[in-house]
Amino acid sequence: MIAQRAGTTALRRVAGKPNSFFTANVAKLGLAQPLSTTQTRPVATQKITAADAQALLAKQRLNRPVSPHLAIYDKQQTWFGGSAWQRITGSALSGGLYVFATAYLVAPLAGWHLESASLAAAFGALPLAAKGALKFLAAWPFAYHAVNGVRHLAFDLGYGFKRQTIVKTGWYIWGVSVVGGLYLAFFL
Amino acid sequence: MAALRSSASVLLGAAASRPALRAAAAAPAAVRGMAQLADGAQHSTTASGEQPKLKTFQVYRWNPDTPTEKPRMQSYTLDLNKTGPMVLDALIRIKNELDPTLTFRRSCREGICGSCAMNINGTNTLACLCRIPTESSADIKIYPLPHTYVVKDLVPDLTHFYKQYKSIKPYLQRDTPSPDGKEYRQSKADRKKLDGLYECILCACCSTSCPSYWWNSEEYLGPAILLQSYRWLADSRDEKTAERRDALNNSMSLYRCHTILNCTRTCPKGLNPGLAIAQIKKEMAF
Repeated sequence: MIAQRAGTTALRRVAGKPNSFFTANVAKLGLAQPLSTTQTRPVATQKITAADAQALLAKQRLNRPVSPHLAIYDKQQTWFGGSAWQRITGSALSGGLYVFATAYLVAPLAGWHLESASLAAAFGALPLAAKGALKFLAAWPFAYHAVNGVRHLAFDLGYGFKRQTIVKTGWYIWGVSVVGGLYLAFFL
Repeated sequence: MAALRSSASVLLGAAASRPALRAAAAAPAAVRGMAQLADGAQHSTTASGEQPKLKTFQVYRWNPDTPTEKPRMQSYTLDLNKTGPMVLDALIRIKNELDPTLTFRRSCREGICGSCAMNINGTNTLACLCRIPTESSADIKIYPLPHTYVVKDLVPDLTHFYKQYKSIKPYLQRDTPSPDGKEYRQSKADRKKLDGLYECILCACCSTSCPSYWWNSEEYLGPAILLQSYRWLADSRDEKTAERRDALNNSMSLYRCHTILNCTRTCPKGLNPGLAIAQIKKEMAF
Protein backbone atom coordinates (compact mmCIF):
# COMPACT_ATOMS: atom_id res chain seq x y z
CA MET A 1 0.00 0.00 0.00
CA ILE A 2 2.66 2.45 1.07
CA ALA A 3 4.94 1.30 -1.69
CA GLN A 4 2.10 1.90 -4.10
CA ARG A 5 1.59 5.45 -2.86
CA ALA A 6 5.29 6.17 -3.12
CA GLY A 7 5.08 4.91 -6.66
CA THR A 8 2.28 7.27 -7.60
CA THR A 9 4.09 10.16 -5.98
CA ALA A 10 7.13 9.41 -8.00
CA LEU A 11 5.04 9.17 -11.14
CA ARG A 12 3.50 12.57 -10.43
CA ARG A 13 6.90 14.08 -10.10
CA VAL A 14 8.10 12.48 -13.30
CA ALA A 15 5.02 13.72 -15.10
CA GLY A 16 6.15 17.23 -14.17
CA LYS A 17 2.76 18.28 -12.85
CA PRO A 18 3.27 19.33 -9.27
CA ASN A 19 0.14 18.79 -7.22
CA SER A 20 -0.29 22.02 -5.33
CA PHE A 21 -2.38 20.43 -2.59
CA PHE A 22 0.15 17.74 -2.00
CA THR A 23 3.24 19.93 -2.04
CA ALA A 24 1.52 22.52 0.17
CA ASN A 25 0.94 19.88 2.80
CA VAL A 26 4.43 18.53 2.52
CA ALA A 27 5.79 21.97 3.20
CA LYS A 28 3.43 22.45 6.11
CA LEU A 29 4.46 19.23 7.73
CA GLY A 30 8.10 19.94 7.23
CA LEU A 31 8.57 16.66 5.45
CA ALA A 32 10.59 17.95 2.61
CA GLN A 33 11.79 14.51 1.70
CA PRO A 34 12.02 13.53 -1.93
CA LEU A 35 9.40 10.80 -1.50
CA SER A 36 6.79 11.53 1.12
CA THR A 37 4.26 8.85 1.97
CA THR A 38 1.97 10.87 4.24
CA GLN A 39 -1.14 12.71 3.19
CA THR A 40 -3.36 14.92 5.27
CA ARG A 41 -6.90 15.75 4.33
CA PRO A 42 -8.46 19.06 5.25
CA VAL A 43 -11.86 17.44 5.91
CA ALA A 44 -12.38 14.30 7.98
CA THR A 45 -15.42 12.15 8.68
CA GLN A 46 -16.13 10.42 11.95
CA LYS A 47 -17.39 6.90 12.18
CA ILE A 48 -20.21 6.43 14.69
CA THR A 49 -22.24 3.42 15.67
CA ALA A 50 -25.75 2.79 14.36
CA ALA A 51 -27.24 3.50 17.79
CA ASP A 52 -25.38 6.81 18.04
CA ALA A 53 -26.50 7.72 14.54
CA GLN A 54 -30.10 7.01 15.48
CA ALA A 55 -29.81 9.11 18.63
CA LEU A 56 -28.30 11.96 16.63
CA LEU A 57 -31.10 11.71 14.07
CA ALA A 58 -33.75 11.77 16.80
CA LYS A 59 -32.14 14.90 18.25
CA GLN A 60 -32.04 16.59 14.85
CA ARG A 61 -35.66 15.70 14.15
CA LEU A 62 -36.77 17.56 17.27
CA ASN A 63 -35.75 20.74 15.44
CA ARG A 64 -36.70 19.84 11.91
CA PRO A 65 -40.07 21.03 10.63
CA VAL A 66 -42.37 18.63 8.79
CA SER A 67 -42.81 19.83 5.24
CA PRO A 68 -46.32 20.97 4.27
CA HIS A 69 -48.62 18.28 2.86
CA LEU A 70 -52.43 18.54 2.70
CA ALA A 71 -52.33 22.31 2.37
CA ILE A 72 -50.07 22.34 -0.68
CA TYR A 73 -50.74 19.07 -2.51
CA ASP A 74 -52.78 19.20 -5.72
CA LYS A 75 -56.31 20.07 -4.51
CA GLN A 76 -57.98 17.88 -7.10
CA GLN A 77 -56.26 14.82 -5.69
CA THR A 78 -56.51 15.60 -1.99
CA TRP A 79 -60.02 17.10 -1.77
CA PHE A 80 -61.83 15.15 -4.49
CA GLY A 81 -60.08 11.83 -4.03
CA GLY A 82 -62.40 8.87 -4.51
CA SER A 83 -60.87 6.86 -1.68
CA ALA A 84 -61.42 9.58 0.92
CA TRP A 85 -65.00 10.21 -0.17
CA GLN A 86 -65.74 6.50 -0.21
CA ARG A 87 -64.86 6.48 3.47
CA ILE A 88 -66.71 9.71 4.27
CA THR A 89 -69.93 8.64 2.53
CA GLY A 90 -69.71 5.16 4.02
CA SER A 91 -69.25 6.56 7.52
CA ALA A 92 -72.12 9.00 7.02
CA LEU A 93 -74.48 6.27 5.78
CA SER A 94 -73.65 3.73 8.47
CA GLY A 95 -73.45 6.44 11.14
CA GLY A 96 -76.89 7.67 10.11
CA LEU A 97 -78.26 4.15 10.30
CA TYR A 98 -76.83 3.62 13.79
CA VAL A 99 -78.18 6.95 15.06
CA PHE A 100 -81.66 6.31 13.67
CA ALA A 101 -81.79 2.66 14.79
CA THR A 102 -80.71 3.59 18.31
CA ALA A 103 -83.23 6.43 18.44
CA TYR A 104 -85.93 4.03 17.20
CA LEU A 105 -85.11 1.60 20.02
CA VAL A 106 -85.11 4.32 22.66
CA ALA A 107 -88.23 6.06 21.28
CA PRO A 108 -90.87 4.16 23.34
CA LEU A 109 -88.92 4.85 26.54
CA ALA A 110 -88.31 8.51 25.74
CA GLY A 111 -91.80 9.08 24.40
CA TRP A 112 -90.67 10.03 20.83
CA HIS A 113 -92.82 9.18 17.83
CA LEU A 114 -90.49 7.60 15.26
CA GLU A 115 -92.87 4.97 13.89
CA SER A 116 -93.30 4.92 10.11
CA ALA A 117 -96.80 6.41 10.07
CA SER A 118 -95.88 9.55 12.02
CA LEU A 119 -92.61 10.02 10.09
CA ALA A 120 -94.45 9.72 6.77
CA ALA A 121 -97.06 12.24 7.93
CA ALA A 122 -94.40 14.70 9.09
CA PHE A 123 -92.43 14.30 5.84
CA GLY A 124 -95.57 14.68 3.71
CA ALA A 125 -96.28 18.07 5.26
CA LEU A 126 -92.95 19.54 4.00
CA PRO A 127 -92.69 21.61 0.78
CA LEU A 128 -91.36 19.80 -2.30
CA ALA A 129 -87.93 21.47 -2.26
CA ALA A 130 -87.34 20.54 1.38
CA LYS A 131 -88.43 16.97 0.67
CA GLY A 132 -85.99 16.74 -2.24
CA ALA A 133 -83.14 18.32 -0.28
CA LEU A 134 -83.62 15.95 2.65
CA LYS A 135 -83.75 12.94 0.36
CA PHE A 136 -80.69 14.16 -1.56
CA LEU A 137 -78.75 14.30 1.71
CA ALA A 138 -79.19 10.56 2.00
CA ALA A 139 -79.34 9.72 -1.72
CA TRP A 140 -76.07 11.33 -2.82
CA PRO A 141 -73.83 9.50 -0.30
CA PHE A 142 -75.60 6.28 -1.24
CA ALA A 143 -75.12 6.86 -4.96
CA TYR A 144 -71.47 7.87 -4.52
CA HIS A 145 -70.68 4.95 -2.28
CA ALA A 146 -72.37 2.48 -4.62
CA VAL A 147 -70.76 3.70 -7.87
CA ASN A 148 -67.32 4.28 -6.38
CA GLY A 149 -67.57 0.92 -4.65
CA VAL A 150 -67.76 -0.74 -8.04
CA ARG A 151 -64.66 1.23 -9.09
CA HIS A 152 -62.83 -0.01 -6.02
CA LEU A 153 -63.84 -3.61 -6.80
CA ALA A 154 -62.37 -3.12 -10.27
CA PHE A 155 -59.15 -1.78 -8.67
CA ASP A 156 -59.00 -4.85 -6.43
CA LEU A 157 -59.12 -7.05 -9.53
CA GLY A 158 -56.33 -5.05 -11.11
CA TYR A 159 -58.35 -3.03 -13.63
CA GLY A 160 -58.49 0.70 -14.29
CA PHE A 161 -54.96 1.64 -13.24
CA LYS A 162 -53.96 3.62 -16.31
CA ARG A 163 -53.21 7.19 -15.32
CA GLN A 164 -55.81 8.64 -17.68
CA THR A 165 -58.41 6.13 -16.54
CA ILE A 166 -57.87 7.01 -12.88
CA VAL A 167 -58.38 10.73 -13.53
CA LYS A 168 -61.37 10.23 -15.83
CA THR A 169 -63.26 7.69 -13.75
CA GLY A 170 -62.68 9.87 -10.69
CA TRP A 171 -64.61 12.73 -12.32
CA TYR A 172 -67.24 10.44 -13.89
CA ILE A 173 -68.11 9.14 -10.44
CA TRP A 174 -68.75 12.65 -9.13
CA GLY A 175 -71.03 13.34 -12.10
CA VAL A 176 -72.87 10.05 -11.95
CA SER A 177 -73.37 10.23 -8.19
CA VAL A 178 -74.80 13.77 -8.30
CA VAL A 179 -77.16 12.90 -11.16
CA GLY A 180 -78.11 9.64 -9.46
CA GLY A 181 -78.64 11.40 -6.14
CA LEU A 182 -80.89 14.02 -7.78
CA TYR A 183 -82.86 11.28 -9.52
CA LEU A 184 -83.36 9.35 -6.28
CA ALA A 185 -84.30 12.56 -4.45
CA PHE A 186 -86.82 14.01 -6.90
CA PHE A 187 -88.13 11.18 -9.07
CA LEU A 188 -88.37 8.25 -6.70
CA MET B 1 -47.10 -7.33 -16.16
CA ALA B 2 -46.50 -5.45 -19.38
CA ALA B 3 -49.50 -3.39 -18.37
CA LEU B 4 -47.48 -1.77 -15.60
CA ARG B 5 -45.72 0.29 -18.15
CA SER B 6 -47.27 1.08 -21.47
CA SER B 7 -44.46 3.51 -22.06
CA ALA B 8 -45.55 5.43 -25.11
CA SER B 9 -49.13 5.88 -24.05
CA VAL B 10 -48.12 6.75 -20.52
CA LEU B 11 -45.77 9.42 -21.77
CA LEU B 12 -48.33 10.86 -24.13
CA GLY B 13 -50.99 10.62 -21.51
CA ALA B 14 -48.85 12.36 -18.96
CA ALA B 15 -48.06 15.10 -21.42
CA ALA B 16 -51.74 15.71 -22.01
CA SER B 17 -52.80 15.58 -18.39
CA ARG B 18 -50.08 17.54 -16.66
CA PRO B 19 -49.95 21.25 -17.15
CA ALA B 20 -46.26 21.20 -16.35
CA LEU B 21 -45.56 18.89 -19.27
CA ARG B 22 -48.11 20.37 -21.60
CA ALA B 23 -45.81 23.34 -21.89
CA ALA B 24 -43.49 21.14 -23.92
CA ALA B 25 -45.18 22.17 -27.13
CA ALA B 26 -45.14 25.84 -26.25
CA ALA B 27 -41.51 25.95 -25.14
CA PRO B 28 -39.13 28.00 -27.25
CA ALA B 29 -37.23 26.13 -29.91
CA ALA B 30 -33.86 27.55 -28.96
CA VAL B 31 -31.63 24.99 -27.29
CA ARG B 32 -29.39 26.16 -24.50
CA GLY B 33 -27.04 24.53 -22.05
CA MET B 34 -28.38 23.58 -18.71
CA ALA B 35 -29.18 26.56 -16.52
CA GLN B 36 -26.79 28.73 -18.45
CA LEU B 37 -26.94 32.18 -19.84
CA ALA B 38 -26.92 32.37 -23.56
CA ASP B 39 -23.45 33.27 -24.79
CA GLY B 40 -22.55 36.75 -25.97
CA ALA B 41 -23.75 36.77 -29.57
CA GLN B 42 -26.92 34.87 -28.85
CA HIS B 43 -27.50 37.06 -25.86
CA SER B 44 -27.46 40.31 -27.80
CA THR B 45 -29.94 39.04 -30.38
CA THR B 46 -32.36 37.73 -27.78
CA ALA B 47 -31.99 40.83 -25.67
CA SER B 48 -32.76 43.20 -28.52
CA GLY B 49 -35.41 41.05 -30.20
CA GLU B 50 -37.40 39.64 -27.31
CA GLN B 51 -39.18 40.95 -24.31
CA PRO B 52 -37.85 39.44 -21.09
CA LYS B 53 -40.11 36.57 -20.03
CA LEU B 54 -40.17 36.98 -16.29
CA LYS B 55 -41.26 34.14 -14.09
CA THR B 56 -41.43 34.12 -10.31
CA PHE B 57 -40.45 31.05 -8.34
CA GLN B 58 -41.66 30.78 -4.76
CA VAL B 59 -39.37 28.44 -2.88
CA TYR B 60 -39.74 26.92 0.58
CA ARG B 61 -36.91 28.01 2.84
CA TRP B 62 -35.89 26.74 6.25
CA ASN B 63 -32.44 27.02 7.75
CA PRO B 64 -31.30 24.53 10.43
CA ASP B 65 -28.83 27.10 11.76
CA THR B 66 -31.77 29.20 12.95
CA PRO B 67 -34.22 26.43 13.90
CA THR B 68 -36.59 28.71 15.80
CA GLU B 69 -37.38 30.70 12.68
CA LYS B 70 -40.45 29.40 10.91
CA PRO B 71 -40.20 28.06 7.36
CA ARG B 72 -41.03 30.74 4.81
CA MET B 73 -41.57 31.13 1.08
CA GLN B 74 -39.00 33.19 -0.78
CA SER B 75 -39.62 34.60 -4.25
CA TYR B 76 -37.06 34.72 -7.03
CA THR B 77 -37.74 36.18 -10.44
CA LEU B 78 -35.89 34.92 -13.50
CA ASP B 79 -35.94 35.80 -17.20
CA LEU B 80 -36.95 32.57 -18.92
CA ASN B 81 -35.14 33.66 -22.11
CA LYS B 82 -31.90 33.15 -20.27
CA THR B 83 -32.87 30.02 -18.38
CA GLY B 84 -32.95 26.39 -19.40
CA PRO B 85 -36.36 24.79 -19.96
CA MET B 86 -36.62 22.74 -16.78
CA VAL B 87 -37.36 23.73 -13.20
CA LEU B 88 -34.00 22.33 -12.14
CA ASP B 89 -32.30 24.72 -14.57
CA ALA B 90 -34.12 27.57 -12.88
CA LEU B 91 -33.13 26.38 -9.40
CA ILE B 92 -29.48 26.04 -10.41
CA ARG B 93 -29.56 29.52 -11.91
CA ILE B 94 -31.10 30.92 -8.74
CA LYS B 95 -28.34 29.27 -6.72
CA ASN B 96 -25.60 30.45 -9.08
CA GLU B 97 -26.73 34.00 -9.61
CA LEU B 98 -29.29 35.11 -7.03
CA ASP B 99 -28.91 33.23 -3.77
CA PRO B 100 -26.10 30.77 -3.10
CA THR B 101 -27.70 29.75 0.21
CA LEU B 102 -30.60 27.98 -1.54
CA THR B 103 -30.17 24.28 -0.87
CA PHE B 104 -31.48 21.36 -2.90
CA ARG B 105 -30.30 17.95 -4.06
CA ARG B 106 -29.47 17.36 -7.69
CA SER B 107 -27.14 15.13 -9.59
CA CYS B 108 -27.81 13.65 -13.00
CA ARG B 109 -30.24 16.32 -14.38
CA GLU B 110 -31.81 13.66 -16.64
CA GLY B 111 -34.23 11.77 -14.42
CA ILE B 112 -32.12 8.76 -13.59
CA CYS B 113 -30.78 9.51 -10.10
CA GLY B 114 -33.92 10.70 -8.35
CA SER B 115 -32.12 13.32 -6.28
CA CYS B 116 -34.13 16.37 -7.29
CA ALA B 117 -37.54 15.00 -6.26
CA MET B 118 -39.66 17.84 -4.89
CA ASN B 119 -43.19 19.19 -4.88
CA ILE B 120 -43.66 21.54 -7.81
CA ASN B 121 -47.01 23.31 -8.21
CA GLY B 122 -48.75 20.79 -5.97
CA THR B 123 -47.45 17.59 -7.53
CA ASN B 124 -44.36 15.61 -6.63
CA THR B 125 -41.98 15.27 -9.52
CA LEU B 126 -38.33 15.44 -10.48
CA ALA B 127 -37.29 19.04 -11.04
CA CYS B 128 -35.08 17.93 -13.92
CA LEU B 129 -38.01 16.34 -15.79
CA CYS B 130 -40.50 19.13 -15.07
CA ARG B 131 -40.74 21.86 -17.67
CA ILE B 132 -41.28 25.41 -16.50
CA PRO B 133 -44.88 26.09 -17.52
CA THR B 134 -44.77 29.01 -19.94
CA GLU B 135 -48.41 29.28 -20.97
CA SER B 136 -49.49 30.94 -17.75
CA SER B 137 -47.80 33.75 -15.86
CA ALA B 138 -48.68 32.25 -12.47
CA ASP B 139 -45.89 31.84 -9.94
CA ILE B 140 -44.29 28.42 -9.58
CA LYS B 141 -44.42 27.08 -6.05
CA ILE B 142 -41.70 24.68 -4.99
CA TYR B 143 -41.83 22.74 -1.71
CA PRO B 144 -39.82 19.81 -0.40
CA LEU B 145 -41.44 16.36 -0.64
CA PRO B 146 -44.64 16.52 1.48
CA HIS B 147 -44.75 15.34 5.10
CA THR B 148 -41.04 14.68 5.42
CA TYR B 149 -38.63 16.10 7.97
CA VAL B 150 -36.83 19.00 6.35
CA VAL B 151 -33.05 18.96 6.59
CA LYS B 152 -32.69 22.32 4.88
CA ASP B 153 -34.77 24.19 2.29
CA LEU B 154 -35.74 21.58 -0.33
CA VAL B 155 -33.75 18.71 1.17
CA PRO B 156 -35.94 16.10 2.90
CA ASP B 157 -34.73 13.51 5.41
CA LEU B 158 -35.23 10.15 3.69
CA THR B 159 -33.47 7.99 6.30
CA HIS B 160 -36.62 6.11 7.22
CA PHE B 161 -37.53 5.59 3.55
CA TYR B 162 -34.18 3.92 2.88
CA LYS B 163 -34.50 1.85 6.05
CA GLN B 164 -37.83 0.57 4.82
CA TYR B 165 -36.24 -0.29 1.49
CA LYS B 166 -33.57 -2.29 3.31
CA SER B 167 -36.27 -4.09 5.32
CA ILE B 168 -37.76 -5.76 2.23
CA LYS B 169 -34.42 -7.41 1.38
CA PRO B 170 -34.08 -5.97 -2.11
CA TYR B 171 -31.80 -8.61 -3.53
CA LEU B 172 -32.08 -12.04 -5.12
CA GLN B 173 -32.52 -14.79 -2.53
CA ARG B 174 -32.13 -18.38 -3.58
CA ASP B 175 -30.66 -21.61 -2.25
CA THR B 176 -30.50 -23.90 -5.27
CA PRO B 177 -27.60 -23.41 -7.64
CA SER B 178 -28.30 -22.77 -11.29
CA PRO B 179 -28.56 -25.92 -13.46
CA ASP B 180 -25.59 -25.01 -15.66
CA GLY B 181 -23.57 -23.55 -12.79
CA LYS B 182 -23.21 -20.25 -14.63
CA GLU B 183 -26.21 -17.95 -14.35
CA TYR B 184 -29.80 -17.99 -13.18
CA ARG B 185 -31.73 -17.99 -16.44
CA GLN B 186 -35.31 -16.95 -16.96
CA SER B 187 -37.67 -17.04 -19.92
CA LYS B 188 -38.44 -13.94 -21.94
CA ALA B 189 -41.97 -14.01 -20.55
CA ASP B 190 -40.66 -14.07 -16.97
CA ARG B 191 -38.24 -11.24 -17.72
CA LYS B 192 -41.11 -9.24 -19.13
CA LYS B 193 -42.85 -9.35 -15.74
CA LEU B 194 -40.11 -7.11 -14.37
CA ASP B 195 -40.70 -4.35 -16.93
CA GLY B 196 -42.25 -1.36 -15.26
CA LEU B 197 -40.77 -2.45 -11.93
CA TYR B 198 -37.01 -2.42 -12.32
CA GLU B 199 -37.02 1.14 -13.69
CA CYS B 200 -37.95 2.59 -10.31
CA ILE B 201 -35.22 4.97 -9.10
CA LEU B 202 -36.51 5.35 -5.52
CA CYS B 203 -36.99 9.10 -5.79
CA ALA B 204 -39.76 8.88 -3.14
CA CYS B 205 -42.17 11.02 -5.20
CA CYS B 206 -44.92 8.41 -4.95
CA SER B 207 -44.48 7.52 -1.29
CA THR B 208 -44.60 11.16 -0.23
CA SER B 209 -47.67 11.81 -2.38
CA CYS B 210 -49.65 9.16 -0.50
CA PRO B 211 -51.88 10.49 2.33
CA SER B 212 -51.83 7.03 3.87
CA TYR B 213 -48.03 7.20 3.98
CA TRP B 214 -48.21 10.73 5.45
CA TRP B 215 -50.18 9.46 8.44
CA ASN B 216 -48.62 5.98 8.81
CA SER B 217 -45.07 6.19 7.48
CA GLU B 218 -43.65 4.52 10.59
CA GLU B 219 -45.24 1.17 9.71
CA TYR B 220 -46.78 1.40 6.24
CA LEU B 221 -44.15 0.73 3.60
CA GLY B 222 -45.55 3.12 1.02
CA PRO B 223 -45.91 2.77 -2.75
CA ALA B 224 -42.23 2.96 -3.76
CA ILE B 225 -41.11 0.23 -1.37
CA LEU B 226 -44.14 -1.93 -2.21
CA LEU B 227 -43.39 -1.60 -5.93
CA GLN B 228 -39.84 -2.75 -5.15
CA SER B 229 -41.32 -5.54 -3.04
CA TYR B 230 -43.37 -6.68 -6.00
CA ARG B 231 -40.29 -6.49 -8.22
CA TRP B 232 -38.80 -9.33 -6.08
CA LEU B 233 -42.09 -11.20 -5.68
CA ALA B 234 -42.50 -11.24 -9.45
CA ASP B 235 -38.94 -12.37 -10.14
CA SER B 236 -39.00 -15.99 -11.35
CA ARG B 237 -35.43 -16.54 -10.06
CA ASP B 238 -36.21 -15.60 -6.45
CA GLU B 239 -37.01 -18.53 -4.16
CA LYS B 240 -38.14 -16.71 -1.01
CA THR B 241 -41.49 -15.60 -2.42
CA ALA B 242 -43.44 -17.19 0.44
CA GLU B 243 -41.27 -15.47 3.09
CA ARG B 244 -41.58 -12.16 1.30
CA ARG B 245 -45.36 -12.50 1.27
CA ASP B 246 -45.43 -13.46 4.95
CA ALA B 247 -43.49 -10.32 5.81
CA LEU B 248 -46.21 -8.21 4.16
CA ASN B 249 -49.11 -10.15 5.64
CA ASN B 250 -50.11 -7.82 8.47
CA SER B 251 -52.46 -4.90 8.86
CA MET B 252 -49.85 -2.16 8.35
CA SER B 253 -47.07 -3.03 5.88
CA LEU B 254 -49.26 -3.47 2.81
CA TYR B 255 -52.90 -3.01 3.69
CA ARG B 256 -52.67 0.69 4.61
CA CYS B 257 -52.95 1.16 0.84
CA HIS B 258 -56.51 2.32 0.18
CA THR B 259 -56.06 2.70 -3.59
CA ILE B 260 -55.92 6.48 -3.37
CA LEU B 261 -53.62 6.23 -6.41
CA ASN B 262 -51.82 9.56 -6.00
CA CYS B 263 -48.73 7.39 -6.47
CA THR B 264 -49.55 6.37 -10.03
CA ARG B 265 -50.58 9.91 -10.91
CA THR B 266 -47.35 11.44 -9.67
CA CYS B 267 -44.65 8.98 -10.76
CA PRO B 268 -42.16 11.01 -12.85
CA LYS B 269 -40.95 7.83 -14.55
CA GLY B 270 -44.45 6.84 -15.72
CA LEU B 271 -44.47 3.66 -13.61
CA ASN B 272 -47.53 2.32 -11.85
CA PRO B 273 -46.98 1.65 -8.12
CA GLY B 274 -50.76 1.45 -7.59
CA LEU B 275 -51.03 -1.48 -9.99
CA ALA B 276 -48.02 -3.22 -8.44
CA ILE B 277 -49.65 -2.98 -4.99
CA ALA B 278 -52.93 -4.27 -6.42
CA GLN B 279 -51.05 -7.25 -7.86
CA ILE B 280 -49.49 -8.02 -4.46
CA LYS B 281 -52.92 -7.82 -2.81
CA LYS B 282 -54.36 -10.09 -5.48
CA GLU B 283 -51.58 -12.66 -5.07
CA MET B 284 -52.04 -12.58 -1.29
CA ALA B 285 -55.80 -13.09 -1.63
CA PHE B 286 -56.01 -15.87 -4.19
